[in-house]
Amino acid sequence: MGTAALGCPAERSSAVVNQPGSKPLKSLATPYNRAHHRFAVFTACATFVLIIAGALVTSNDAGLSIPDWPTSFGSFSVPPLHGGIKYEWSHRAIAGSIVLLTISIAAWTWRTDRRRWMKWLGIAALGTVITQAILGGLTVLLFQPPWVSSAHAAVGQTFFCIAVAIAMFTGRRWVEEVPQIEFDSRRPSLITLTLLSIFVLYVQLILGAMFRHHGMSWWPHIANSAIVAFVLTWTAVRALSQFSKIEAVRRPAIILVSLLIAQLCLGFVAFLTRVAWGRDAVQPELPMVISTVAHVAVGALLLATAVILAIQVWRQVPVSFEEPVPSRTRKPVAA
Amino acid sequence: MNKKTSVAMFGLLCLLSLWILAGCSKKEEPTEAQPSAPATTAAPTAAATPIDPSTAASVSGAVKFDGAAPKASKIDMSQDAACKGTNTAETIVVDGGKLANVFVYVKEGLGDRTFDLPKEAVTIDQKGCQYHPHVLGAMAGQNIEIKNDDPTTHNIHPTPQANREWNESQPPAAAPLQKSFAREEIMLPVKCNQHPWMRMYINVVKSPFYAVTGPDGKYEIKGLPPGDYTIAFVQEKLGEQTQKVTLAAKDSKTADATFKAQ
Repeated sequence: MGTAALGCPAERSSAVVNQPGSKPLKSLATPYNRAHHRFAVFTACATFVLIIAGALVTSNDAGLSIPDWPTSFGSFSVPPLHGGIKYEWSHRAIAGSIVLLTISIAAWTWRTDRRRWMKWLGIAALGTVITQAILGGLTVLLFQPPWVSSAHAAVGQTFFCIAVAIAMFTGRRWVEEVPQIEFDSRRPSLITLTLLSIFVLYVQLILGAMFRHHGMSWWPHIANSAIVAFVLTWTAVRALSQFSKIEAVRRPAIILVSLLIAQLCLGFVAFLTRVAWGRDAVQPELPMVISTVAHVAVGALLLATAVILAIQVWRQVPVSFEEPVPSRTRKPVAA
Repeated sequence: MNKKTSVAMFGLLCLLSLWILAGCSKKEEPTEAQPSAPATTAAPTAAATPIDPSTAASVSGAVKFDGAAPKASKIDMSQDAACKGTNTAETIVVDGGKLANVFVYVKEGLGDRTFDLPKEAVTIDQKGCQYHPHVLGAMAGQNIEIKNDDPTTHNIHPTPQANREWNESQPPAAAPLQKSFAREEIMLPVKCNQHPWMRMYINVVKSPFYAVTGPDGKYEIKGLPPGDYTIAFVQEKLGEQTQKVTLAAKDSKTADATFKAQ
């Protein structure tokens, strides 16, 4: 039995492989473009602000304070910003700016980035933000059905992850550095654990959004938090114990654990303020608004960190597996 | 189809989706002078079953609250400078052991009787960033007039289970909205998403035999034909209680109810 290390080709992002007489590979390296990267980072940061603005809308029960969409009270001008209108209109204004930023980053990437998959990632970001805008419109026009509002929350965080990924893929480290490769022979593999982390975080995101939008009780979200804590801790411990020498893996793994602890604490506070103490509240109170908005924001950061870790593990830690080598033990056949 | 065509097609598809969605959006006319049409129109009903006034009976009583009255929650209206109303919540209003804002109605016993719709509208007034009254009764199909006496914009957003949901804004000094609900529904919540403390309940019933308890906890339902009835007492937080009452011709009976502190 022989062993052959196979797995993800770590050089995919940077190597230009042109053999004489052959066609160039479609996945070409691209030079580092500082302005492009900074714009991508700005877009990701602005998206994070948008997530906070969206969380403020839900936490202040202001989602339907403007009854029409895409206009606001029949016009595109700024309405009087009192009561819940200030939250909803600010969310719409920031969202409109994000659409423009995404169109710009998609066009810029399409024109300047040589990596074909990056061009399509820019287009995917644009498609996601348009889907998100449509879901935002539907949630207003259909009076916030829990599934539509929850889809709006989930797609919003998906877009944030894409924006963060674009920022990472355009960074100097990703473009210029040669990955430190270490093969992963343990099972389940680290890449499996990171993908499992993303999955349980998505489930948690949907359960939380369904609770926030009155489509489900609070207990499935609380119950799943134990699963999330277990899977994320397992992932981070594996990453840190086995691949701590790789900075690109070590750093997001440490951030993942730190954010997980913060998120569990915030979740507990949000439960106290909203469910235990705020059940009979006549209006959203400041402690419940602050705790739930912080819980949503840290949740978004946690999901984005899990995505970064998965991408870095995919790049730096190829999975090795044993491939059976046929042994020549067959008996000679008589002629 | 080459790459450029694919991208162009994708972009067009996205724009088309946005345009279609925008078409779904109802344009708001905040300064519209004419009252809007009723949201739902009740189906034409059969001729009302006559009630002999000489045999009409009545039921009255008081609703009490047993236990320590919960302290009314304070409302923070600071997010809108134009809101200067009474800043206490009306979830449970108790005065001297008497419970206000309890909806009392004949739940069972009227059979297939039909009743004429009152020509007069019932009124909801938005004043001091509160709804007045906090609990309202109306017959299915009856006109409900909604006024805004505040110097700020409100939105009126009923969230029914059995009727059609709607959400409309009403700026200061706008003409009253004219609405109705077609189907029976008890404790139908109405809220304002601009001022999240604003909440009231509309009770839509098929008969005119209903009342809402006042600050003294009292109610009276007049003009009932003789018969066996189930009277329901419904409070937004404390739930429902029922009592059986038998009314003979010209009877005047008392049916009190007591809600216990939770």
